[in-house]
Amino acid sequence: MSAQPADEGFGQGGPAGSRSLLALAGRRFLRNGLGMTGAVIVLILILLAVLGPSLAPYNPLTQNYHLITKPPMPGHPLGTDDLGRDELSRMLYGARLSFGVSVLSVGLAAIVGMPIGMLSGYYRGWVDDIFVMRITDALLAFPGLILALAIAAFLGASFTHETIAIGIGFVPGFIRLARGQVLSEREREYVASAQSVGSGTRRILLRHILPNTMTPMLIQATLAMSGALLADAGLSYLGLGVPPPTPSWGTMINTGMGYLMQAPWLVYWPGLAITVAVLGWNLLGDGIRDALDVRLRQ
Amino acid sequence: MGDGVIGRYLVRRILLMVPVVFLVTVMVFLMLHLIPGDPARVALGEEATPQAVAALRAQMGLNLPLPAQYLHWVGQVLQGNFGRSLLDGTSVLKDLLQALPVTFELTVLALLTALLLGVPVGIIAARLRGTLADWVATTLALIALSIPAFWLGILFILYFAVRLHLFPSEGYAPITKGLGANLDLMILPAVSLGLRSAAVIARMLRGSLLEVLGADFVRTARAKGVSERRALWRHALRNALLPVVTVGALEFAGLLGGVVITEEIFGIPGMGQLLVNAIFQRDFPTVQGEVLFIALIVLIVNLLTDLSYSLLDPRIQVAGD
Repeated sequence: MSAQPADEGFGQGGPAGSRSLLALAGRRFLRNGLGMTGAVIVLILILLAVLGPSLAPYNPLTQNYHLITKPPMPGHPLGTDDLGRDELSRMLYGARLSFGVSVLSVGLAAIVGMPIGMLSGYYRGWVDDIFVMRITDALLAFPGLILALAIAAFLGASFTHETIAIGIGFVPGFIRLARGQVLSEREREYVASAQSVGSGTRRILLRHILPNTMTPMLIQATLAMSGALLADAGLSYLGLGVPPPTPSWGTMINTGMGYLMQAPWLVYWPGLAITVAVLGWNLLGDGIRDALDVRLRQ
Repeated sequence: MGDGVIGRYLVRRILLMVPVVFLVTVMVFLMLHLIPGDPARVALGEEATPQAVAALRAQMGLNLPLPAQYLHWVGQVLQGNFGRSLLDGTSVLKDLLQALPVTFELTVLALLTALLLGVPVGIIAARLRGTLADWVATTLALIALSIPAFWLGILFILYFAVRLHLFPSEGYAPITKGLGANLDLMILPAVSLGLRSAAVIARMLRGSLLEVLGADFVRTARAKGVSERRALWRHALRNALLPVVTVGALEFAGLLGGVVITEEIFGIPGMGQLLVNAIFQRDFPTVQGEVLFIALIVLIVNLLTDLSYSLLDPRIQVAGD
């Protein structure tokens, strides 16, 4: 990488500074092959989640008893499952479900975690110390999947419950990140100058500090997406996700386990789809982080 | 660093854990009340007689006001009584302690896999930065990071057990039946579970090595004529391995989560299988007891990690932060 002036891209939080930083990061991202691959995979995932059901050649629930566990063949390019349902159509519907659960759970975690973290970091004091930090410590004591399993188990299996169960595990991450960002941002000069011209707390947090903390949040959210996809796969494999017959990639693997010898493709396709989807979000997250990471330019 | 400092740190660190443990118990306690409707009714099913439901409500202490319920429950837990299984009345703690060694072995083997693969790969990638070997290692790590561990386990069964007949496909043999028989059944689950952590460790180590190799003290060592190999092994690695301790501990918590599905796939009678069975049989005291138990294990591991970290790195001020 060519040598660049050390202070390039370091905006002081002002509009001009952040715009040039973003432009620089954007250019760097476009040159990053792995990051771009991730972006393309994620774009395809979004398209499949939106268009998947209209692309599906069959109704994913229609059973065909003449075509039970058939290998890939013309008309059914991914084969058929134990009830003669078209695997490709089920995969396409499953894409919408997995995408929906992961986006909504990460979104939920961000919407709950960010304001708590920001307020806690801004005001500090005993509420921050005792409530927010200890509660996040306590939440972090539960391995993510265990927490999601337990919550889904007690609430009962459904789309909403699964989304909540997965989302809660990501809340402490967002709280901590937002809090840490605000703790460092609030000491900076632009906050002092906003305070000196009489800006209220809400304005300072929303108009000044929030835009400056969005980048780490974006990276966090991207990487959380891959975690959410994996959690969704695990929960629905165990039968704690969206109940059948709704096609979900994890549930499809579970079905395939019963036909491992006769029809291994029932396990291959959905697992491959999960892997590629998770890989896409990981690559995208890495790419964004690398594009914005100042240290890497040295 | 004197013993007194470490002692004070230990006390402070343990005192800080008290509110966290309290909150963990509150959370686990409240989980039962996430159940839509009456937990006793849900546990027994729709067919249960009102008498049976009332009896179970009394047994679970559900007739008390919420704070009294909590105090009753936590009081029992403090005495080592994690409740009784709704299925057969056995002590939840006894079931947990029976399953613990199995899960512990699987987790340790997975962590071992992670270290044995992750550390060398991380070192090689950093040493050969920018070469094809680095690219291959980085790409493989990314893929390992993205494969669901349980799906990898299924692929392992299909390939190594069904096709190559190298290992049995599922089951469990306690170590008392011989280490060979035990490991035969543990290798596939442990490797499939640990591969993701190996990727995390390799990526972390590569990053921190590259950072340390660029640091002033390594540059000074090089300038004094230290060979590149010695700079890596003697100077850089010692410092770069420190974060691996933290990551290893974090991964341990993650493995305790992943172990649930892996045990299910390979038919291993550990804590994961216990939890999944309890969930599907609506054995709520067992679910609660196990979730609490796991959270406490994670807290203890975190405590030990923090302590070892402060012992390993004298730069870390233990007396106050």
